[in-house]
Amino acid sequence: MTLLVAISALWIGLLQTSIIPRSHTWLLPIYFIVSLGCYGLLMVGVGLMQFPTCPQEAILLQQDVAEAKEFLKQKGVDVGGCD
Amino acid sequence: MEKNKYSIIVPTYNERLNIALLVYLIFKHLRDVDFEIIIVDDGSPDGTQQVVEQLQQLYGEDRILLRARAKKLGLGTAYIHGLKHASGNFVVIMDADLSHHPKYLPSFIKKQLETGASIVTGTRYVKGGGVHGWNLMRKLTSRGANVLAQTLLWPGVSDLTGSFRLYRKSVLEDIISSCVSKGYVFQMEMIVRASRKGYHIEEVPISFVDRVYGISKLGGSEIVEYLKGLAYLLVTT
Repeated sequence: MTLLVAISALWIGLLQTSIIPRSHTWLLPIYFIVSLGCYGLLMVGVGLMQFPTCPQEAILLQQDVAEAKEFLKQKGVDVGGCD
Repeated sequence: MEKNKYSIIVPTYNERLNIALLVYLIFKHLRDVDFEIIIVDDGSPDGTQQVVEQLQQLYGEDRILLRARAKKLGLGTAYIHGLKHASGNFVVIMDADLSHHPKYLPSFIKKQLETGASIVTGTRYVKGGGVHGWNLMRKLTSRGANVLAQTLLWPGVSDLTGSFRLYRKSVLEDIISSCVSKGYVFQMEMIVRASRKGYHIEEVPISFVDRVYGISKLGGSEIVEYLKGLAYLLVTT
């Protein structure tokens, strides 16, 4: 939030002082948003490619579930029915 | 040194099989730890509470506490409800559907003891963690949501919407009272508020195995809710 305010303040400052041509300054926020969007898309892409998966965990869980069911059945806990 | 006690709060709705399996696995993996399991059941019609009563007879009513509520009242209030009955100085929150495996509990506890953190949160997005059973769409929305939240909120944690976490009890009581969101956003709000309040947060890798194939919990309305929650957090924190 504070960062957002700082950036807009900087932008308004640039507009006022017109160090660089005004028409360029007007376009700066658009550049900013477009580059932010590109960054976001890139990060999503990178994240998707490196998405950590763990198929072996599913097998381990299956074993744990079977073990737990066996134990609970012996102890008379109702584990039948729906799954 | 004061002996730590861990209260594990598990909200349930129609989890009669999973809750039994979960309780067994918790007892299997937490052997030398003082803990209690608080099950907050929202009036499941499938007999979850009867199974919990059988488990109480097996493991003891002081270890498994059933604190039922009459009807579905939402996740946030389930935590508050469970918290009221917690006698430990630490609270663990986890899902009943076995997507959060109890075998990670020792690593949460160890991490907390090593670092003295107020919150230890499970993360699926670092080395050693991971997700199983998600299709491309689910991964895409998850990544998109995460990048968006990371860019806008800078929370300092890699997994915002996961709910497998260990809290110091006083810290959870402090932040839960200032949270107003629901569902996914609630998890995010808790960790963002904790981060803003300057609490020490640590992460441990967890794997997340989704056993309910084909059902995506992230529909269009959830995405809208998520974006609204994000905007809300952006302006209020």
